[in-house]
Amino acid sequence: MSDQPIIVSASPHVHSDRTSQKLMYDVVIALIPAFLVSLYVFGINAMIATAAAVISCLLFEYLIQKYLMKTEVTIGDGSALITGILLAFNLPAGIPIWMIVMGSLVAIGVAKLSFGGLGFNIFNPALVGRVFLLISFPVQMTLWPTAVENNTTVVDAVTGATTLGLIKEGVQFGETMTEISAQLPSNMDMLLGITGGSLGEMSALALILGGLFLIIRKVITWHIPVTLLVTMAVLTGIFWWIDPEHYASPLIHLLSGGAILGAFFMATDLVTSPVTKKGMVVFAIGIGILTVVIRLFGSYPEGISFAILIMNAFVPLINTYFKPRRFGSKIKAKIV
Amino acid sequence: MLKTFPKGGVHPPENKLTSTKTIKRLPAPKVVYVPISQHIGIPAEIIVDRKDKVEIGQVIARSGGFVSSNIHAPVAGTVTKLDMIIDTSGYKKQCIVIRTDAKNESNFEEIDFPLKKEITLQPEEIVQRISDFGIVGLGGATFPSHVKLNIKEDRKLDCLIINGVECEPYLTADHRLMLEKTKEILVGIQILMHALRVDRAIIGIENNKKDAIEAFKTLSVQEPRIQVAALKVKYPQGGEKQLVRALLNREVPKNGLPLDVGVVVHNVGTVYAIYQAIQHNRPLMERVVTVTGKKLEKPSNFWVKIGTPIKDLVEEVGGIPEGTRKIVSGGPMMGKALKSTDVPVTKGTSGILVISEDEASRGEPKNCIRCGECVSVCPMGLEPHLLMNLSEKNMFEKAAQEDIMTCIECGSCSYVCPSHRPLLDYIRFGKNITKELQSKKV
Ligand code: SF4
Ligand code: SF4
Repeated sequence: MSDQPIIVSASPHVHSDRTSQKLMYDVVIALIPAFLVSLYVFGINAMIATAAAVISCLLFEYLIQKYLMKTEVTIGDGSALITGILLAFNLPAGIPIWMIVMGSLVAIGVAKLSFGGLGFNIFNPALVGRVFLLISFPVQMTLWPTAVENNTTVVDAVTGATTLGLIKEGVQFGETMTEISAQLPSNMDMLLGITGGSLGEMSALALILGGLFLIIRKVITWHIPVTLLVTMAVLTGIFWWIDPEHYASPLIHLLSGGAILGAFFMATDLVTSPVTKKGMVVFAIGIGILTVVIRLFGSYPEGISFAILIMNAFVPLINTYFKPRRFGSKIKAKIV
Repeated sequence: MLKTFPKGGVHPPENKLTSTKTIKRLPAPKVVYVPISQHIGIPAEIIVDRKDKVEIGQVIARSGGFVSSNIHAPVAGTVTKLDMIIDTSGYKKQCIVIRTDAKNESNFEEIDFPLKKEITLQPEEIVQRISDFGIVGLGGATFPSHVKLNIKEDRKLDCLIINGVECEPYLTADHRLMLEKTKEILVGIQILMHALRVDRAIIGIENNKKDAIEAFKTLSVQEPRIQVAALKVKYPQGGEKQLVRALLNREVPKNGLPLDVGVVVHNVGTVYAIYQAIQHNRPLMERVVTVTGKKLEKPSNFWVKIGTPIKDLVEEVGGIPEGTRKIVSGGPMMGKALKSTDVPVTKGTSGILVISEDEASRGEPKNCIRCGECVSVCPMGLEPHLLMNLSEKNMFEKAAQEDIMTCIECGSCSYVCPSHRPLLDYIRFGKNITKELQSKKV
């Protein structure tokens, strides 16, 4: 026998090859198509913003864990990397870098580490960072640079409005949908990503591609994204059906703003979503309803970030009330 | 569509290295170490003494109560010691040491009886014989078999299920037995049906043993009361509750038994032992053991006398290879890691698994990322991450409310957790304390 000691640990003696790190890096891979689209649309700006967010998230996690909390540094686990990318994806392309750094500090320092680090946070860190910036700097956060012709130069001040922003404004000024839609990008453009908006929410197609990858890799299940999008489609559909001159079609709602990004990447964050399938469905319906309510009746054109954060707060409750069905708790069988 | 249980389960790599290896009979060892507690329940009482000569098959320890079992001398020889030795559970247990009589022919005869089909005993006699002959569940649970056959008059029972699932990776003992003793097992099933007075039996076999399924299907053509069911490969389908659910769509109630839904479950190995006992008067003295591991020279299936040191088996397959980190009694999901190979094979030893460095190391536990994987694989519908948390914080009352006691310790949760949380370790700990607390209350 070799001189290595024999291990006497309890069963099971084998483990699947899934690790939380692998899950995280799968998410990073899934975000690549959307990142490429944003590079195409916003050029070097997209690169700068994403790099700024990622580097500052990693750096803050390192500094806080090492010098403030004096715990193990976990920047290698991939979660801060994801927070960085997702934060950048939720920002307009031309936003000043110092704001990105502040947003990262809030995301990592406040939303994640002050709760105890990965696994203990209640709110999605990237969204907390984004909402913090949106409330603190509403002007800069809603300056939307449009697609650039020459995507290697740093651009500023070429701003347009988002699809949802146009609709909200139009409706406030009493325009009808027919008038508004003349200014809107075509559905096809929204699908492919030629539209104004945050970095990562450009192309629904690229995001869906990434989302499908996550489902195939079993990092997430279909429950949250599908339920969320269906809820949104049904609700906006009802309003549209009642009064198509005042409400945008469900297709516009699904393809614009952060709906797809939120459904596949933000609401599905493992830590801040429920653990059971039943819970996930309830959670996603909640987000869908809140998003539509904010979009149609709130003062912000886009509401999915708020909706997800609000539902994040309900997750502990959802986990308590939507438990898996215990085996044998209700006798199904009859003896024949 | 293949049948299976609906909720939870995992599919670890099957690694059935020995499924084509014919079961080989090992010569009787020089010395056997026979623990008196090889079954669930009260240990047997030793009725021999040092220097006593014993015949093969003689009772050497007598059942200590209803839920207990007789123990028979696996070899003819001389009792040299009554000793305390560490057994596969890792605890010191009382044990009878017998030196094999090298001149006694009964120790070396090839036991290969011609098939005997007709059943002459009455149901009561069958149950009595099963009890007398020390037969316990050979799937690993080692629950005394006669207890499951003593059915009170008022209990409704309509189906016997034979567990040929063998869902643990690596193990092939049941698989080989089903291939090599198909006819005998069918007679064994008829014996049990006769004893239980039921006229329906189903053999459940996972679909990775197609040859065994075929063998039974071909042979059971003349016996319409016995059905053969192919099951989807999914762990832990061999768990009684999961198997009953998969085959009959009946759910055994929480804290209940299969009998509560009109079913009795026996393992194929047990059925063969029962056949031997009833038709050929052989008490339980040997069993099939798979000795396996990726680095072993020649992984094999053996007929092994109870009490044979595991060391002997390992030598037979080429010795412990370099870089071995774990030796497990049983399968990789539910087996017990052994401190050394000095422990003997007992009635519940279905396999010896030798695991090397790369497979044995556990990843370092990280924070729970609340991914819900453990919840979705738990076949009992529990929340392992929550149960671990509660056990860690000593909140046992709450854990009991969350049904910690219904955990079947299948290990699916720990297997799948991407953060390598030692879920089952804590759940076991929580169960043990809860059990203690509950017994104090009563
Ligand atoms: S599988 Fe592990 S990480 Fe996931 S919820 Fe369960 S304990 Fe937490
Ligand atoms: S909690 Fe128990 S029954 Fe559920 S998966 Fe874990 S070990 Fe198996």
